[in-house]
Amino acid sequence: MYLYLKYVAILFKSQTQYRLSFWLLAIGQALTPLTVFAGLYFMFAQFGQVKGWSFYEAALCYAIVGLSFALAETFARGFDMFSTLVASGDFDRLLVRPRSTVLQVLGSRFEFARLGRMLQSLIILLWSLNKLPLTLTAPKLLTLILMIVCGTLIFAGIFIATASFSFWTIQGLEVANVFTDGGREMAKYPLSIYEKWVAVFFTYIIPLGCVNYLPLLYILGRTDGHEILYMLSPLAGIVFIIPCLLLWKIGVRHYCSTGS
Amino acid sequence: MNAYISVWKLRFLSGLQYRAAALAGLATQLFFGLIFIMVYVAFYQHSTAEPQMTLSQLATYIWLQQIFLSFVMLWFRDNEIFQLITSGNIAYELCRPCGIYSFWYAKLLAQRLSSAILRCLPILLIAFLLPIPYNLSLPPSASSFIPFVLTLLIGLALNVAISMFIYISVFWTMSPVGSTLVIAVTGEFLSGMIIPIPLMSAWLQHFTYVLPFRWTADFPFRVYSGQIPPAEALQGMIIQLLWLAVLIIVGRWCIKRALRQVVVQGG
Repeated sequence: MYLYLKYVAILFKSQTQYRLSFWLLAIGQALTPLTVFAGLYFMFAQFGQVKGWSFYEAALCYAIVGLSFALAETFARGFDMFSTLVASGDFDRLLVRPRSTVLQVLGSRFEFARLGRMLQSLIILLWSLNKLPLTLTAPKLLTLILMIVCGTLIFAGIFIATASFSFWTIQGLEVANVFTDGGREMAKYPLSIYEKWVAVFFTYIIPLGCVNYLPLLYILGRTDGHEILYMLSPLAGIVFIIPCLLLWKIGVRHYCSTGS
Repeated sequence: MNAYISVWKLRFLSGLQYRAAALAGLATQLFFGLIFIMVYVAFYQHSTAEPQMTLSQLATYIWLQQIFLSFVMLWFRDNEIFQLITSGNIAYELCRPCGIYSFWYAKLLAQRLSSAILRCLPILLIAFLLPIPYNLSLPPSASSFIPFVLTLLIGLALNVAISMFIYISVFWTMSPVGSTLVIAVTGEFLSGMIIPIPLMSAWLQHFTYVLPFRWTADFPFRVYSGQIPPAEALQGMIIQLLWLAVLIIVGRWCIKRALRQVVVQGG
């Protein structure tokens, strides 16, 4: 843990060396999802509601997914860019060090400029919570935090799984975008508006629905009984990341070095 | 002219080499297309308001966006050109006996075309075969299909002309990040890539109509589904060509000014 913080501190210092470029990047990063949010806004301006969900409820949904995705991208960026490490053969260097590979890859890259994205999602989160007629009790707040943390874990898990596949092939890994970017796009609306097979896939295979839709029902007071189950459903994120880490372990064992 | 054609050809062929990437892109685009349409289906289901386009027109609009994504998206960038400018290798480019604007233009055009050719047919086929309401429908008549092809091609030329400004701006900013974000993000929104223009509020629609962006994507797609009748499409084509001429002239002027004060970086 100490080593990890050290990695973070060093990368933070190096990235803030170019101060203007850093802030420009952060602002730019915040702008990108802003047009997506504008799209959401105009859709509700045109139609009013979608299957009984109001604009602010959808905005809350959007903000939570946006926040967890931005967090995952900041901290697990090393895995996202991992195929370049394999292609260049630089992974060898990590293997000879007496520390875990997961830790080292995590520490190899951070993108603090994603803070802009986080901030944007955070503002929308607070704004929509403010506009919605609900009182944030302690268990609800706890659920909200659990949703964000576990959402981050799921996205990080997808990054790790994709990175593991690069031990076998580094071609065509862009398919993983379906689960990362696609998952984010999909989860910005409540899961109930989609066709059944999409909902099933994103609940049982990639449990984005468990960290987003189901606990959201509880926070908005739409559940009928079994509240505790809805509250705890984000924990599926922890369950999800375990096989991803296992896949990583298997992949590392399979690794054959390249390069000269 | 010959030189430009051979640059175009080379780029085109090298673009066709990346087949695995194209396949991966294909899967992603199919998924995105489906998800987008699903969202709109949900919105339309309980809609009390009467939207300006029907659901089948909307599905067609989304699929055309996905099929011709490399024609219409502004994100498509050539890092080689950025590196040329920031590393100082632009000096070599200036030694070539051909105009730099046309040279880059041909290069960028070829990239977009080759990427579209690899992807468009499979998505086209799958999108046609999908069940209602997710399918791509045929244009209502042949008389709206021919103007569609023409407007799409002019739209492509227009889009390359717009994206040239991203590259030109790097002469001043030295970093592609800011300008790509500003031009690409706002441009994509204003060309109806995030939500279709007919679904925007009226004031925003008027705003997009006076800018060049919608002529690259929104306009040809609506000609396809017959929302814009062929007669109106002809008028639109004239406006497209006018925009194209204006953007190319301004672009050439900008690049001339940029080159007059260019600093070759590095040693």
